[in-house]
Amino acid sequence: MSLFLFLSFVALLSALGVVLAKNPVHSVLFLILTFFTLSAHYLLLNAQFLAAVNIIVYAGAIMVLFLFVIMFLNLNEETEPQKPMLAKVAATVSGGLLLLVMVAALRGVEPTGYNAATFDSQIGMVDRLGMVLFKEYSLPFELASILLLAAMVGSVMLGKRETGERNF
Amino acid sequence: MSLESLGWQGLVILVVFGISLLIATYCTYAERVIAAFLQDRVGPDRAGPFGIVQPLADAVKLFTKEEFFPSGANKALFIFGPCLAMITALMSSAVIPFGNFLKFGETVVHLQGIEINVGMLYVFGIVSLGVYGIMIGGWASNNKFSLLGAIRAASQNISYELAMGLALIAVLMMSGSLSLRDITLQQSVPGEWHFWNVVKQPLGFIIFIVCAFAETNRTPFDLPECETELVGGYHTEYSSMKMGLYLFAEYVNVFVASAVMSVIYFGGFNFPFQYELRSWLSSSQGLSIDAAQNIIAILGVVAVFAKIFAFIFFFMWVRWTLPRFRYDQLMRLGWTILIPLAIFNILLTGGLITTGIIPEIKQWW
Repeated sequence: MSLFLFLSFVALLSALGVVLAKNPVHSVLFLILTFFTLSAHYLLLNAQFLAAVNIIVYAGAIMVLFLFVIMFLNLNEETEPQKPMLAKVAATVSGGLLLLVMVAALRGVEPTGYNAATFDSQIGMVDRLGMVLFKEYSLPFELASILLLAAMVGSVMLGKRETGERNF
Repeated sequence: MSLESLGWQGLVILVVFGISLLIATYCTYAERVIAAFLQDRVGPDRAGPFGIVQPLADAVKLFTKEEFFPSGANKALFIFGPCLAMITALMSSAVIPFGNFLKFGETVVHLQGIEINVGMLYVFGIVSLGVYGIMIGGWASNNKFSLLGAIRAASQNISYELAMGLALIAVLMMSGSLSLRDITLQQSVPGEWHFWNVVKQPLGFIIFIVCAFAETNRTPFDLPECETELVGGYHTEYSSMKMGLYLFAEYVNVFVASAVMSVIYFGGFNFPFQYELRSWLSSSQGLSIDAAQNIIAILGVVAVFAKIFAFIFFFMWVRWTLPRFRYDQLMRLGWTILIPLAIFNILLTGGLITTGIIPEIKQWW
């Protein structure tokens, strides 16, 4: 329990850091820390595969690309655009409304307890997950891969050099 | 897990940590000796007999050098960069099985830091984090050359991670397990003629070793620190022990990459005729089963380290033999050759498993 509280504390603090940090590189580093705390939460739930994949995909690949782009464009505190007051107010109001909706939606939820005698602690293990994905949910799984393929084709299409375009 | 075995496991982790550092230290010496050997020179021979205390002299030199902070550098991240490089380099050796188990009466000590059933994914995840130390250090230096080195490191790592992961998938299709211990044990079945994975996955192994060179930023893929183009690359502005940590992290990475390759492809702690030797020891030499098993386990540790040292030598051999790639050649090799080859390897492995040429793995332990 104390470990959970500590991890949640770090997760919330680093998530706040993402939003509040002035420097985009600091924001990215806070976001990486947030992903690590999320992975630690998965480990607490005995979902080792999810934890490892979360680190590989989000911290290891996507955030490296984020950092890459930020470094490539050399974004820093000075180049951050000043947004108009109206946009700030609108963002605050809509963010607050979203929070209200989420709190209202979760208010009535009663967390279902689990029976310690029949609970299967191996449910998050990688072999169990593979069985479920490839036996029970193979169609949604394949559909998701087609979605990714479509995204990949789209990005290749966008990145392709058009005829006559200069090569840097 | 009882408290006592937790204590033993902690001890194993400490020993692995110490050995990683020791090997990284002596890699700096080995690198110079091997370079000298390959270039027909004498090499370091002043400090101690054959120069074997040279790493100590280097450490003293690095520690006593001036700490330099470039103007306009982000000081916190400038210090954090090398620390992160070192942390991520040392973390991955935790799941590598350096030996089977030792048994003293009731106590069983596994010669592996931690055994988790997603061991391979763990190593892969930590390897993918390794680039942050370089990126953060390069960016925080406030230097164009460092930044270029950092950007190169990022794109290189992402490109080669893909091919590396695809090469590993072919191994996973055969083994059916992500645990490094399982993969090691599968490569040697008692009483059967059994091959290491490199025989079943020659193409996958070649792809993996090329990617390992790129992931550890070793020549011919050391573009992030390419002296002829970028001064010193990401560590241009670094001095003193912070520089030392970067260099050290590279050698720890080489050690870990060698260990992973010897475990996944070269049988890890298995060596030929181990089960015959064990039954000979226990039957004709009058040793108890446990004592025979312990002797085999210790010989297995020797075997895995022999394989690791062979790979480390290979890393250094290549460094002093091949010239550096050009950056566009590096990218072309990664994206247009290695990734299609790795996908072809997956299809090939799938076909061989379906037709039964690669037999299904039995869980014999």
